[in-house]
This record gives sequence, C-alpha cells and structure tokens, in this order.
Amino acid sequence: MKKPIAGGTNGAVVVALPHPRTGQTRRLTRFLENERLLAGVLLAPTVLLLGTFIAYPFVSGVWLALSDTSVGNVGHFVGLRNFAKAWDDSIFQQAFRNTFFYTFWATIFKLALGMWLALLLNRSFRGKRLVRASMLLPFIIPTVLSTFAWRWMFDPTFSVLNWLLFKTGFIVTKIPFLSDGVYGMWCAIAVNTWRGMPFFAITLLAGLQTINPDLHEAASLDGANGWQRFWHVTWPLLKPVTLVVVVFSIIQTFSDFQLIYVLTGGGPANATHLLATYAYQIGVATGLLGEGAAISLFMLPVLFIVVWVQLRYLRRLEGA
Amino acid sequence: MMERRTFLKITGVAGILAAHRAPAFAQGTKLHLLRWNDFIPACDVTLRQQLLPEATKALGAEIQLETINANDLQPRITAAVQSGNGADIIMALHNWPHLYKSAMADVTDLAEWQAKEQGGYYAQSEQAVKDGKRYLALPWSISGLQMAYRRSWFVEVGQTTWPKTLEQLHQVGMKLKKKGRPIGQTLAHTFGDAPAWSYPMLWNFGAAERDRAGKVVLDAKQTVESVKFMQAFWKDACDEGALAWDDTNNNRAFLSGEISATLNGASIYIAAKRGQDKIKDEKGEPMVRDIDHGPIPNGPAGSWGYHIPFSHMLMKYSNNQKLAKDFLKWLHGKETFTRWFEVAEGFSVGSTKYWEQHPMWNKVDDAMKIYRQAAGASRMVGYAGPADAKAGEVYSKYIITDMYAKAVQGMSAEDAVKWAAAELKKIYG
Repeated sequence: MKKPIAGGTNGAVVVALPHPRTGQTRRLTRFLENERLLAGVLLAPTVLLLGTFIAYPFVSGVWLALSDTSVGNVGHFVGLRNFAKAWDDSIFQQAFRNTFFYTFWATIFKLALGMWLALLLNRSFRGKRLVRASMLLPFIIPTVLSTFAWRWMFDPTFSVLNWLLFKTGFIVTKIPFLSDGVYGMWCAIAVNTWRGMPFFAITLLAGLQTINPDLHEAASLDGANGWQRFWHVTWPLLKPVTLVVVVFSIIQTFSDFQLIYVLTGGGPANATHLLATYAYQIGVATGLLGEGAAISLFMLPVLFIVVWVQLRYLRRLEGA
Repeated sequence: MMERRTFLKITGVAGILAAHRAPAFAQGTKLHLLRWNDFIPACDVTLRQQLLPEATKALGAEIQLETINANDLQPRITAAVQSGNGADIIMALHNWPHLYKSAMADVTDLAEWQAKEQGGYYAQSEQAVKDGKRYLALPWSISGLQMAYRRSWFVEVGQTTWPKTLEQLHQVGMKLKKKGRPIGQTLAHTFGDAPAWSYPMLWNFGAAERDRAGKVVLDAKQTVESVKFMQAFWKDACDEGALAWDDTNNNRAFLSGEISATLNGASIYIAAKRGQDKIKDEKGEPMVRDIDHGPIPNGPAGSWGYHIPFSHMLMKYSNNQKLAKDFLKWLHGKETFTRWFEVAEGFSVGSTKYWEQHPMWNKVDDAMKIYRQAAGASRMVGYAGPADAKAGEVYSKYIITDMYAKAVQGMSAEDAVKWAAAELKKIYG
C-alpha cells in the first residue's frame, strides 16, 4: 500500500509504509540467517527420528542387558552378570563361532561371485538390460518368502534337489541338507550368498562403469593380459567401492536373523544358531529379556571394530 | 422431516441416555482369543463358526479368534506381556504359564469350579498351571501322543503286534529301515513331537532332570544308557533327516508312505480317515485301514509318555477381566466343551478324567481308543522336581532334546549327558 507522506504536497514524494508482517519476516530472516540456529532446526527432525527409533531402543537394550528383566517382571541392575553367563554358555559359544564362520564365508562368496558377475555384466551383449534387471530378483524378493522356497527345496523328506540328484544318478542316498549341522550351515551360507550376491554385483558394476576405458586400452597396448589388467587397473580403482560394500555386507550378515530362523531355526542341535537367532530364542521365546539383550549386544563391539578398521583403511586409500 | 425425539427413539440413543451407561456391545467389549492352528482344522472351524458366534450372543460381546503356528505362540506372548497389549486370552502349551506367571490373572475360582464340575484334573494339567495354591491358567485339554504305525508293514517284517519293549521296537525298526520304511521321529527345535519323544526316553530308562528335592541328577548311568539306546536306534531304525523336522513333517512323511511309524497326536489317523478318498496305501486302499497306534514301548524303568497339557491364560493387562472369565466359564463348561471335544475325535482329550467316560469313545474307531486313557500315563517336564518356570526354561531351550540330537550326530553319549547336565545346573542352580 502506498500513501503520500503526511503533510506532503500533492503527492510529490511517495514512500512505502511498513507492511504489518514485515517485522515478523525480518525476525524470521534474522533467525534463519543464524547458521547455528538454522542447523538446529534442520537437524531436529532427524535427531528426533534417530533418537526415537535408534537411540532409545539401543539405550533400552543396554539397560536390559545389565538387568535381570524377564517377561512380565521388572528387572534389577545386575552389572555384567548376563554377559558372563552368556560367555560361559556352550550354546552361546557355538552361536558366536557360527556367526563368524557364516559371515566370513558368505561374504567371501558374495564378493567373489558378485565381482565375477559384475565383470560379466560390464560387457556388451544382447539382452544385457534384461539380465541386469533379473539379476536383482533374489535381492528384491522378501527374505522370508525366498527362504521358505529354499527350505522346501532342502526338505529332509521331499527335497526336489535330492529327487533330481537321485533321478540323474548322482546320489544313492539323500543328502541331509538341513538335518546335518555341517550341511545345514553350508546351506545357510549358500542361500545367503544367493540372496546377497546381486547387491555386490550391482554396486561393483556401478564402480566398474566409472573406470575410464582408456586405462584398459593403455594397459593392453603395454602388453597386459586380462588378469594383469584386472589386477593392476580394475582392482585398485574398484577397491574403495568394494570396501564399502563389504562393510555393509558384514554388518548385515553378522546380524542376520530371518534366513536362519526360517531355514533351520538354529538347528539341528544349535548347529546353525547365530547370535541374533540365539538372542531371540533366549530373550523372546524363553522370556529372559536381560540375557537375550546381552547376547545380542555381543555383536556390537565386533561390528564396531570391523567397521572402524575398514573405514580407516578406506580413508588411507583415499588419502593415497 | 424426522423430529429429534423420534430419531433418538428409533436409534435407541434415548434408552442409552436414560440408563446413563453404554449398552454392552458399545463398551469396547471385544475379546481377543489367541490360539494355535489346530492340527484338527475342524476344531478351529467349530470354534470360529459355531461356538464363538454363540458366545457372542450369550455374552453380548464380540469374540475374536486368532490362530497362529504353535511355534510362534511364545514370542507372541512375550511381546504381548511386555507391551501390555494383545489378546485377552492366550492358549498355552506345556507349563508355559509358570514362565509368564506375573502377567497372568488369577483364575483359581474358575479352575476350582471346573475341577469340581468335571471331577479333578490329570496331574500334568494341574502341574502345568498351578503355582502353590494359585491357578495361573485354566486347564483346557491334553493332546495325547501315541505311536502311529503301518500295521501291514510291521507284519511283513514279522511283527504282528505292537512291540512291548524299546529293544523290540529297535529290532523291528532295523528290519523296516532296511526295506526303506524307517521310523520317523523329530529331534529338532519344535514344540510338541520333539519333547514328547525325548523326555519319556529319560523316564523310561529311570533317568530324570532333578530329584524330588530339586537337585540336578541328569548326569547318571541311566541317562547315558538312554542316550546310547537313542544313538543305536537312530542309526539303525530311524529316518536320519528327522533332525530337521518340525511337528508337521512326520504327518506328511507318514501319509505319503515315507515312514512306517512315528510318535504323534492322533492327527495322522484323523487326516487319513477324513481324506480316505485321496490318502491311499501302495495297494490303492485307504491308508487309514492300515494305521494303528501303540504307546512308547517299555524301557528298563517302564512306559511313560509326555501327553501335552493345554490351557488358557487370562492376561492381567486385559481390560475385560469379568467378561473374559465369563467367556472362559462358558467355553470350558461341559455343554460347550463337549461339542469341541467331539470334533477333535480323540486328538484332544479333556483335562479331567470325566471325559474318559464320554459317549464319543463308543463311536470312535478301535485304533483311536488308546487315546481315551492315555493322559493318565504322563509325567511332566521338570520331573521329578516341580514343573516350575525353570523347567519351562529347560524346555524352551530344548536342552533334553538337544542332548539326544548331539549324541545321534556323533558326540559320545557320556559327553552329551555331561553337556546337558551342565546346562541344567546353570538353570536349576
């Protein structure tokens, strides 16, 4: 709104009077110009979400692990008793060893096969897009569903794999896929590899596509063969991406629950229990919430060390 | 145009206002009942389609039934108790009510009424739910477990009657396995068939978890003998794939002709009978005609079974305590229970001896009559100590079952027993 200044003559000078909301806008602008305050405002929703869904459950978990809480009973502080009890528990020791074994081999297989698949998919061939898309299927299907399908395939009585191998003359007696501890663990590793390999392949493929083809061409001109080109050109450039994928995979595999729960339930005789499934059996099925929380917290320092070492190595790589 | 007064009259709101209280149905009177997926699906159908709609009418409240896999019940109970929210009434197996006792409403009045009305509980039904003088849950039924077997296959290897001793069963099992017809018995982490097989193996060799004073006595000669028997029996007579079986696998294996015998509730026989058009033996005859039942044969110390008690727990957090008790009294009363009991055809028997005299037993097939009094020959988890929460913890961790499972996978009998005894001492103290 524009008005002549009071006492002015014939509207020679016209100025704008302050808008009623202009003062508020200025205050808001001043507020937003303060970087610290603005940062606080922008971060608040994230902090709230992280606090509610990450920090609170985590702190509750730590408290449970330090208490003798059982289902329906309020716990009392017992210090590290639950951790000591778990450490002394032979099933826990087995689950602890199993978790490392399972994570190590599943990660190795996922990396090796994922890399191989990524190198194949990096070439040009007919139907490349279709193959790339279908490769993601194991990763897209809900784990529970796909694991149920595997469980049926490994069924002790009606296994289609046993039937196929028997009919083709490869076996004369059934392979105890899930009824033998050693076979059961390798079956779980195989299913985990099947499910997780596409994640490795697609991420490594993205990494491969950022490598300048000129480098390979130059190496070829220098007489490098396929393996030498991979080892001296591709691998060093792919290492940072690979490390990130491996870190993610270790975290996911080490804390895996769904696959083992559905495929073997931790059996036979605890031979395939992982820390997550054993923590669930103790905490949720048996109702010893404090002890279950302590078992699951054993994962934390291990994962922390793994992540810290790998990220440190990654930083060194980036600095080099 | 309808007047305000007419509207209130027609919709019944005037009555509600006059009474100064909401009608029964509008008070949030909705009961949530959580149970397992029954192995006799017709039992769930009867509950859902007949009994619960009648309860809804009789009690003026909506009764909602939810059924889930029995192996998922314990996690659901834990989640419900910790959140203070969930089903008002939850079905329990074994002695689970002891594990969750602080979250259970006291149902002593109902339990005493039921015992009085129906002639006193079987020992395991009472032990499963009674803590001192207080009843933690209301006994519902017992699932009797007997060994279902293929009569003609046993005759083919020279066994014309059900073996009387475990050693005889071992010998006949060897012959059957050689013919590709092994005995099938789970030793996996599954709620019913595994403990119902492994616990009696202890008792029938004279072994026990604890003595009457509560001291762990598992590490004993009798236990080692029992484990050694299982090792030999497993290798010579059993389908070794059963280490990964849940409670449904033996049903499927038996009905498809893969195994010759298995310890089970009567669900195999009942499924074969109800599906006799489809479930045939190798000669094309209905398989049900060739199925019979026998108890776990005698060991050196007798023939005990573990016949699983079921109960209904009224959760303390429920806002519908009065209604839930009314419903339980209605459901567990003779008139209602008898209708469910008849559909179960012996798969589930009552928690009291009264049901042994029910006229249904005169109608069932001969092969089913063994279930009539089976529940009386049962011991309880934790034996010879009380079936308390610690016994429930031992069960939930599958320590007794795993002792046998470890041994049949190659651990020496002595080491398996020592391992289990050490685990028991950590729990029982």
